[in-house]
Amino acid sequence: MSPVLGGWWIVFVKEVRENLRDRRALGMALLYGPLFGPVLFALLTTFIVGKQLDEAEKPLTLAVIGVEQAPNLVAFLRQQGVKLKAPPADPEAAIRAQTEAVVLSIPPGFGDDWLAGRPARVELLLDESRQQSRATITRVRNTLERYSGQIARLRLQLRGVDPQIAAPLLVAKRDFSTPQSRGATLLAMLPYFLILCAFLGGMYLAIDTTAGERERASLEPLLINPVKPTQIMAGKLAATTLFALASVLSCVLAFKLGLPYIRTDELGFELALSPQATLTIMLLLAPVALLAAAVQTIIASFARSFREAQTYLQFLMIVPAIPSVLLLVNPIKPVAWMLATPLLSQSLLINQLARGEVLAPLDVALSVLGTLAASAVAALVAVRLYRGERLALAV
Amino acid sequence: MIVAENLSRAFGRIEAVADVSFAAADGRITGLLGPNGAGKTTTLRMLYALLKPDRGRVQIDGIDTQRDSEGARRRLGVLPDSRGLYKRLSARENIEYFGQLHGLRGAELKIRTDALIEALGLSDIEHRRTEGFSQGQRVKTAIARALVHAPQNILLDEPTNGLDVMATRSLREFLRRLRDDGRCIVFSTHIMQEVVALCDYIVVISGGHVVASGTADSLLAQTGESNLEDAFVKVIGSGEGLMI
Repeated sequence: MSPVLGGWWIVFVKEVRENLRDRRALGMALLYGPLFGPVLFALLTTFIVGKQLDEAEKPLTLAVIGVEQAPNLVAFLRQQGVKLKAPPADPEAAIRAQTEAVVLSIPPGFGDDWLAGRPARVELLLDESRQQSRATITRVRNTLERYSGQIARLRLQLRGVDPQIAAPLLVAKRDFSTPQSRGATLLAMLPYFLILCAFLGGMYLAIDTTAGERERASLEPLLINPVKPTQIMAGKLAATTLFALASVLSCVLAFKLGLPYIRTDELGFELALSPQATLTIMLLLAPVALLAAAVQTIIASFARSFREAQTYLQFLMIVPAIPSVLLLVNPIKPVAWMLATPLLSQSLLINQLARGEVLAPLDVALSVLGTLAASAVAALVAVRLYRGERLALAV
Repeated sequence: MIVAENLSRAFGRIEAVADVSFAAADGRITGLLGPNGAGKTTTLRMLYALLKPDRGRVQIDGIDTQRDSEGARRRLGVLPDSRGLYKRLSARENIEYFGQLHGLRGAELKIRTDALIEALGLSDIEHRRTEGFSQGQRVKTAIARALVHAPQNILLDEPTNGLDVMATRSLREFLRRLRDDGRCIVFSTHIMQEVVALCDYIVVISGGHVVASGTADSLLAQTGESNLEDAFVKVIGSGEGLMI
């Protein structure tokens, strides 16, 4: 212990030592955050990827009313790998109950219209508002259109007309998305999980060193010591920041190590962070640890009890989710002020990194400096909180 | 030496302390006696400069607490009304933490801590975490931590609160030794027996005012009563809020 360092150092050492002995504080910083983030992310990803694969590859099963009306169409469907089954007794009820995504109905007049060369009517019974039926509906519709197109071409050929004449426009698609950017929805969630770790890691200490100290009646004796309240608070804030930092760094590391194991290769892209991207993310998130610690300390200082502080800080956890949700709903092209805005800038830049893009050094600097400036203001407010007698004595 | 001059302090419209003056000399135990809510804790908080008086001033060994609160606090050892310990630290670590905050380091810190652990009989529990300590063990640890920097002036807010008979007796013995050492000791209480048993000088506070002060003999003479308990009831006007 150096006598040269001020009182804040003594408070810092004591808070770190005391909280290293606390399983809850330690667990929150080094276990729950770094584990919870990657595990939840892996579960979500596996769920989303699995669902997309299911819908794309699972053999299509289709209930058909009036199979006997259109033997050729039915044969085509079978040939396309569609499994046909008997229609439910009440198709409308079955669709409402979501036991069937879509039912194909071939009315009795189908054969007559077909032979006469008139458009023969088939009906798809479905509910457009069902999100989860949409993929199935699209597949049925595409299959039917393929049949329709095939017959149309045959009819034209029989009449000696080149079928190409009926296709004046050829729409070709050239997709510039990289494999990573196709997983954009997944990756938009990544920054949130990382930023969350900064808030989780210091949360317990922010409460313990303020509302907790007051609740266990050790705040008054502490403040009577001949050390300036700003020094005492600086020591506490430093300890909280250290835990937040440890949490966020181990969280990034956990993602770096865990991402390759998440099953995404079926979707045609790989989730992985290069060593350079990993270090950049750590650099981007380090100032967030200080910001989170300072804001949490300020809020917890005004709470009367540990429990009350916990309630407030749980609400605070929602804040880092806002930029991620915004970016998910409304992807924007980043401009300067966004890159200087704490939380938003990290969301934007980590998203870019995860998409495999290279960051402009200026953007990184803007984010780090912007967040540091906000952190400095919050830290200054936090260390000055106990200067007056109001918070020191409030019980 | 502690001198309080015309202290007053209000919280909102409630005047907790209206006009309190007294002097506590070195080598003497001064008792602040008063019923609950008389303004004892508020007075003490002004003495150790955690509360700013609306009017009046406090001097600790000649240092004005308003001008130099840190200097005044260096000469003060305080057992405040709240006396929570850090339950994940051992008794010794609790004491050493406050010693460090007073600027003590290395050998000096160890010698002072050892001496207090010895004097207060904490040797068998010094390395145990304070979680699960009895009330008596907690108060002793809190006193040791308040006195680790060997202050000349000692303030104790209801020190025997919650202690059993044996712990109370040993605490009184400890305070007498400090007095014989030449320290200035001020403690507050609402227990008349405590004052009778321990104090060299008594300040009776009621409704934020000093209603009487002096040695035991002079209080008896002022009131014309034959025992101190009757004298206290007489100057306060009622025995309510006091304990025998």
